[in-house]
Amino acid sequence: MENDRIQEEKIEDIEIRLLLEALYSRYHYDFRGYAQASLKRRLRQARDQLGLPTFSALQDRMLRDPAIVTRLLGFLTVQVSELFRDPAYFRAIREKVVPHLRTYPSLKVWIAGSSTGEELYSFVILFREEGLEDRTLFYATDISQEALDAAARGIYPLDRIRAFTENHQLSGGKSSLSDYYSTAYGRAVFDKSLRDRVVFSDHSLVTDAVFAEMHLISCRNVMIYFDRELQDRAVGLFRESLARKGFLGLGARESLRFSQYAGAFSAFVREEKIYQRRDP
Amino acid sequence: MTESAPSAPRAVVIGASAGAVEALLHVLPQLPRGYPLPVLVVVHVPPQRRNVLASLFAARCPLDVREPDDKEPAAPGTILFAPPDYHMLVEADRTISLSVEGPVQFSRPSIDVLFESAADAYGPGLIGAVLTGANHDGAEGLAAVAAAGGMAIVQDPAQAAYPVMPEAALALTPRAERLTLDGLVRRLLAAGDPSQAGEISR
Repeated sequence: MENDRIQEEKIEDIEIRLLLEALYSRYHYDFRGYAQASLKRRLRQARDQLGLPTFSALQDRMLRDPAIVTRLLGFLTVQVSELFRDPAYFRAIREKVVPHLRTYPSLKVWIAGSSTGEELYSFVILFREEGLEDRTLFYATDISQEALDAAARGIYPLDRIRAFTENHQLSGGKSSLSDYYSTAYGRAVFDKSLRDRVVFSDHSLVTDAVFAEMHLISCRNVMIYFDRELQDRAVGLFRESLARKGFLGLGARESLRFSQYAGAFSAFVREEKIYQRRDP
Repeated sequence: MTESAPSAPRAVVIGASAGAVEALLHVLPQLPRGYPLPVLVVVHVPPQRRNVLASLFAARCPLDVREPDDKEPAAPGTILFAPPDYHMLVEADRTISLSVEGPVQFSRPSIDVLFESAADAYGPGLIGAVLTGANHDGAEGLAAVAAAGGMAIVQDPAQAAYPVMPEAALALTPRAERLTLDGLVRRLLAAGDPSQAGEISR
């Protein structure tokens, strides 16, 4: 019985490799360089929820039915975030990074892997509070069109607002979060003026290239799903995209220590994983 | 049921919830400097409590204790606590990967998530222990450890501050070994002592 289980694990590993290859060949979504352990977990969820017995069966369905791909991407990409998740990070952006950004007449900020928009709205609100919004262009990118659409709607369940509000206050918020949304039918609808300076775009850190020169890139809890090689690609892309001495913010438990580009950045606020491009 | 060949232990995973701190204070400080296995621990803690457990235990343990960054190696002689609000997983190359996908068993970090990935990574070389707690997290994970040929241990529910979690694990893995915390310490010390390897692999 144990041996059967171990055999089954090996078969699953083969099936997953083939499934990812098929997803890429057929639809150009590239998950081949994703960290295996959590990817496997999410693929198992997808297989079970779609009522399919094996990954091979999932592959067969996916190849012939594009509607399945949308659902599969939902399992593989959608992450739950919060406004001002990790308030200490946003406090450090506000107190340590913003003073540098003020010295530029115009700014570009890239929220890479913007998912359903929580991080984006946090930045726009923070920049409005700091009087920088008018000179800033925000790029929100993701590989999932569904996530981008959700981000562009900016509607969140009302029961999440309490946590958002608490985070905003802890981040050093200078206004009331309720200034930025109205409520209707149990939902909080964020003001559309928050999107005046935002460009939403389909962009993959895995397969796409540099598209503008940024002063600040925030990419939090996105690269944790990549293997080390793919992380290197993404960090290299960020380095190329940043202006001289531009800033890169990562998630609380992400680090450039294990990256081949570790030397290309210096720690700007070490405990909040905010880095600065190293330039002479 | 086939008996797998004795396999040297290569890693320890421990999950605990309500009552965790007291139970772990009984166990982890007894692992001596130079302990040859990585020890990966999930405790259910509220988000925003960054580094609280790691610093509490670092002050009391001879081993290095910390919350890992993503891609950090699961190094021998290190105790790694899952960071609050992240799932902690082990990859096949024995590095840590983190995830913020939704809670599992209402928990992030989740014991099931760590145990299932570690069972994949270490197979029969894994020792998994589910300790005190008031929910069902860890039961599926411990079953995965056992199914991969690893050693499944639960804290004896009669001795646990909160018996629900070890009971749930026992219900799914009836052949898991019930140990007191002292028994667990002896087992972990034996697993780290190559001269006793024969005794711990059944």
